[in-house]
Amino acid sequence: MPIRLVQEKNDLTVYLQGEIDHHGARGMMLALDREVSARDPRELTVDMREVGFMDSSGIAVLLRCWRRQEETGGTMRVRNVPAQARRVFTAAGLEKIIPMDD
Amino acid sequence: MTAILNQATLLFPSKSSNESFARATAACFAAQLDPTLEELGDIKTAVSEAVTNAIVHAYPRELGVVTLRLRILEGGVFEVSVKDKGVGIPDVERARQPLYTTGDDSRSGMGFTIMESFMDWVRVRSLPGKGTTVTLRKRITPRMGGAR
Ligand SMILES: Nc1ncnc2c1ncn2[C@@H]1O[C@H](COP(=O)(O)OP(=O)(O)OP(=O)(O)O)[C@@H](O)[C@H]1O
Ligand SMILES: [Mg+2]
Repeated sequence: MPIRLVQEKNDLTVYLQGEIDHHGARGMMLALDREVSARDPRELTVDMREVGFMDSSGIAVLLRCWRRQEETGGTMRVRNVPAQARRVFTAAGLEKIIPMDD
Repeated sequence: MTAILNQATLLFPSKSSNESFARATAACFAAQLDPTLEELGDIKTAVSEAVTNAIVHAYPRELGVVTLRLRILEGGVFEVSVKDKGVGIPDVERARQPLYTTGDDSRSGMGFTIMESFMDWVRVRSLPGKGTTVTLRKRITPRMGGAR
């Protein structure tokens, strides 16, 4: 599975792993849908330290998580974004929607 | 005319497993210009966007051929063109707008926006029913010898 989970009470941290492109995004989305829905966290933290590459496919993955949290009254933030992925987020203006730690 | 100093061409079927292969190959080719890690990352990302578009949008139903042409131009310029013989784009200007997508919810409509912000020059030539060629250029800033 391209994700790793750490749960603490009502909060969930998801570590995304590997290269997030169109080829891998579908599997990652399905895994996230399944695991995040099953745990229904109040606060969802997406940790990207283990992401080696990300293109626009990753934007859709994160927006889907963010929408889910909005709909269920939870929150979401993203942390440890590698430089390459950070440039993609900035170009897409995603930091204006999803809170990202430095 | 700008002189072409080096060139390589690669043909592959529009399988999604070739996305990582295409961007890694482009980065390897660009390495001869001694780019920074950031410049290499920009090239990988832009190539990934253009190749993914050919795989996802140009050939929605069947596999087709994607041609990746890599060039080094005079003046330290890296050029890559991604060509398909797929469905084509009816309105290129519209397709290049941020958030415009004809894809499903796994697309965000940011591919062209990312190509434009990461590369110095983006040209899209497309004919409906004939195919699309996207050409991207980036000038790699020369660095002092040994100052890595
Ligand atoms: N090679 C192509 N052949 C046919 N249509 C294309 C091609 N490239 C782009 N398009 C069209 O242009 C639109 C915009 O492309 P763009 O890459 O900006 O966004 P996207 O691919 O829809 O989403 P994202 O790149 O964020 O995943 C596409 O939705 C598609 O309609
Ligand atoms: Mg795209």
